[in-house]
Amino acid sequence: MLDPTKPPATLIDLRGVSRSFPKGSGEDLLVLDKVDLTIRSGEIVGLLGRSGSGKSTLLRIIAGLIAPSSGAATCRGEMIQGPPNGVAMVFQSFALFPWLTVLQNVELGLEALGIDAAERRKRAIAAIDLIGLDGFESAYPKELSGGMRQRVGFARALVVHPDLLLMDEPFSALDVLTAETLRTDLVDLWTDGRLPIKSVLMVTHNIEEAVLMCDRILVFSSNPGRVAAEFKVDLPHPRNRLDATFRQLVDTLYERMTQRPIKPPTMENIQANAGVGMVLDHVSSNVLSGLIETLANEPYNGRADLPVLAGQLQLEADEILHLGESLQLLHFAQFKDGDLVLTEAGNRFAHLETDARKKLFAEHLVTYVPVMGLIKRVLDERPSHTAPAARFRNELEDYMSEEYADETLKTIVSWGRYAELFAYDEQSETFSLENPGVDEGHG
Amino acid sequence: MTLQDLRIAVLTRAPRPNVWDLVALILVVGAMVLIVYGGEQTTLPLSALEVTPVSLDPANLPLYALRTTLRMLLAIVCSTVFTFIYAAVAAKSRRAEMVLIPLLDILQSVPILGFLTFTVVFFLNLFPGQVLGAELACVFAIFTSQAWNMTFSMYQSIRNVPKDLEEASRSFHLSGWQRFWRLDVPFAMPGLIWNAMMSMSGGWFFVVASEAITVGNTTVTLPGVGSYVATAIEKRDLGAIGYALLTMLLVIIAYDQLLFRPIVAWADKFRFEQTASGDAPTSWMLDLFRRTRALRALTLPFAALNRAFSNLNIEWPKALRPSDKPGAAPSRIIDALWFALIGLSTGYAAYKAYVYLSANLQPSDVYQAVLGGLATLLRVVVLIALATLIWVPIGVWIGLRPKLAERVQPLAQFLAAFPANLAFPVFVLLIVRHSLSANIWLSPLMILGTQWYILFNVIAGASAFPSDLREAAASLHLSGWRWWVKVILPGIFPYYVTGAITASGGSWNASIVAEVASWGDTHLSATGLGAYIAKATEDGDFPRVVLGIAVMCVMVTLFNRLFWRPLYAFGERRLRLG
Repeated sequence: MLDPTKPPATLIDLRGVSRSFPKGSGEDLLVLDKVDLTIRSGEIVGLLGRSGSGKSTLLRIIAGLIAPSSGAATCRGEMIQGPPNGVAMVFQSFALFPWLTVLQNVELGLEALGIDAAERRKRAIAAIDLIGLDGFESAYPKELSGGMRQRVGFARALVVHPDLLLMDEPFSALDVLTAETLRTDLVDLWTDGRLPIKSVLMVTHNIEEAVLMCDRILVFSSNPGRVAAEFKVDLPHPRNRLDATFRQLVDTLYERMTQRPIKPPTMENIQANAGVGMVLDHVSSNVLSGLIETLANEPYNGRADLPVLAGQLQLEADEILHLGESLQLLHFAQFKDGDLVLTEAGNRFAHLETDARKKLFAEHLVTYVPVMGLIKRVLDERPSHTAPAARFRNELEDYMSEEYADETLKTIVSWGRYAELFAYDEQSETFSLENPGVDEGHG
Repeated sequence: MTLQDLRIAVLTRAPRPNVWDLVALILVVGAMVLIVYGGEQTTLPLSALEVTPVSLDPANLPLYALRTTLRMLLAIVCSTVFTFIYAAVAAKSRRAEMVLIPLLDILQSVPILGFLTFTVVFFLNLFPGQVLGAELACVFAIFTSQAWNMTFSMYQSIRNVPKDLEEASRSFHLSGWQRFWRLDVPFAMPGLIWNAMMSMSGGWFFVVASEAITVGNTTVTLPGVGSYVATAIEKRDLGAIGYALLTMLLVIIAYDQLLFRPIVAWADKFRFEQTASGDAPTSWMLDLFRRTRALRALTLPFAALNRAFSNLNIEWPKALRPSDKPGAAPSRIIDALWFALIGLSTGYAAYKAYVYLSANLQPSDVYQAVLGGLATLLRVVVLIALATLIWVPIGVWIGLRPKLAERVQPLAQFLAAFPANLAFPVFVLLIVRHSLSANIWLSPLMILGTQWYILFNVIAGASAFPSDLREAAASLHLSGWRWWVKVILPGIFPYYVTGAITASGGSWNASIVAEVASWGDTHLSATGLGAYIAKATEDGDFPRVVLGIAVMCVMVTLFNRLFWRPLYAFGERRLRLG
């Protein structure tokens, strides 16, 4: 790839980069907190983190699509203001123009650079050949499968011969087999030195993908996003997923991602830190029940290794962590050394009938989810036993962005309904204690 | 980007002409000749209209139809240009948006024929003694009937451009200009074309109505199908009206087949979807052009020009560029100045309007206009209710039978496009013959042309109703009243509301021509705001025209805001399937 005698040049240098977004109540929500990051020539760097950890924001700062709130971001020594030259991006959703053919999509970046038609055509065809799209030049994106579309995304980025290729979860919208083919194709081209690029920065929440492709992995912590740890991967390409060192690293990363420096996973801490302003990710009560049952049964018997569990349930690391956290929040399970362990209550839940489950669920909701307790109290105290959702939404927005407040409210409604804690009328947006089974009159 | 998709295929084939070329060439040359011929007529002096008055000889009808069609074409071109500029400015500039979008909303509810009163005088003064002035006034009237909804559609599309595509075009360094032509315009295309089609349908009504118009002492009769019918009414010639109806029928079919279908088929690729779905629209005309070799080679220079045009490296002025800097809050001072400017202009306009109107009008005039407005409102409500009762069951019945719907749907759309005012004389004749009450029997004319919007939207809704829901309803033994209320009516509700909104707006507009009618020397007039405006126009009584239009504008806006919009929002939120 590069002359090994020279020290690798620095492409991207971030110093103390922070970024905040305005949230509902007026105060700003910090999503990136003082991130330092250097990308040098000749490496594939992975940003690994949970969704919402700000890693995509970081990628967009490097891409010049959004500006940092504070700190310095430079590309080849120059401040990044607007998309820098020599940086191209591959999108999770492919971001292909549906009204342009494959060839036209690939040529688009070159046209913007003002390259003349003949040269444009030559380079576009070369990129299309390289990425294995020959024969598809005149097809429209909607005629292609997901994998082929992402190949167009790659060709479009490579054709401008960028120094740095940014990839925003490029394989996460693809099915397992397609993603694997594309990953190995890309790694092969990279190790053969056939890609017209110097470095790659990829954002992912897939731990195995990061270990498979990257030379360096930065683990992001959430709320706000920080670089929590850095891992070097010295395994030679092509890497074997079943290799002991590979597995070891995957396990380590799982462990690293379940212990978060801001909110250590002990139950007391979660309680103390969050209070009413805790963001609740929406997870269906069906999924939670299903996961508790799976954990309680053979072969796990109450304790599951996260990578193994993720593999069996065909979930990505991010998703399994997500579910685990909800269980942990409700005190039905907890993370321990990269494992998910059922609590006594969780075990009991697994063996109860539907109504008893609902009762236990309701108890845990009121006890361990502060906002649920609050709503229940307010409804009990008010003579009308009703309360508008806006009352709680406002309180939530003191702590989080509107978007998260919506998500949290959705979770509250869904869990509250399952537990039969209260009823919710979507049209008038009010909570009430009335039993929807009794009053069938309207709606 | 219009033709660039043809480029690759063209390059790989020998430009040897084939038989399709001949057919297409004749069509193109013929169209050019007709346009030039029609255009020449407009530069004649105004007196020429008096020398050669509109004749009822059917042999003249093709030429009249051509003139009418050209007016439509010109208007749609103007509307498109207006749309591109207005929507782009409104979507890119926050400050412009504050003014432009509410303005558009109000303009939408101004009765189109009301505009005509002012524009005829204005344009005649602009080109004194030339037919061109009158032509432009007519074109402007059609323009006002077409432009607003097209602009709204484009504005909304630009505001809703998918974020990833927006990021991709910035990441690949597309300039503001390039982005507009490569991303904003293609993304807006399907909605724009659909709205242009709707506009065209409405436009026929207004072109016909505005060809023969009297404003005070000025009477303009532009050669066209509309003035042909006006003359036929004057001369009580029922046969001539029959010929005019036939001509219009052919013109609309030709327009649809030769212009719109090809455009819709071509624009199919702009539909924003990642997977190919359903049947793509087809057009024999487009196929014809795609099969020709030489003609496509002819388009190459245009394609190249177009590429060069859309690739120009122009940035938007800084004021129009959205800032992504978190610290760069919009400047308060400029905002304040901007608000002050808006406030001042509004205040000045209000003052001027007040002075003008109060000098010429009494409070009793306002009372009279509002009373008329209420009468017209009553008519609109009753008529929409009646049309609903009739067309919803029929539409559902047709929509649930795919084979039938396929055949009826184009017919309903065609009927919506057909200028119903051409058929008014037939009804007026009946009213006169049987001496029926004008207040009641003129009313149906208002909805004659617009009821079809309800029908074809309901058909579309019923056709789109998921078959699994129908099967579920059947297996639950739902039938009769319960089936209508619980199953199909909620299912078609969003579609119905869309159609009813269009029908209701169209009826308000039509009231100006529907509440007054004549047959020879017999003049019929109903009580209503439409008749009020029509009468004031004929008398050249501008203060009352302004008053009438203002009252109608307020009533339509209120009716939409307080009735239709909540219904629409409810339908979208609760009853939209899928």
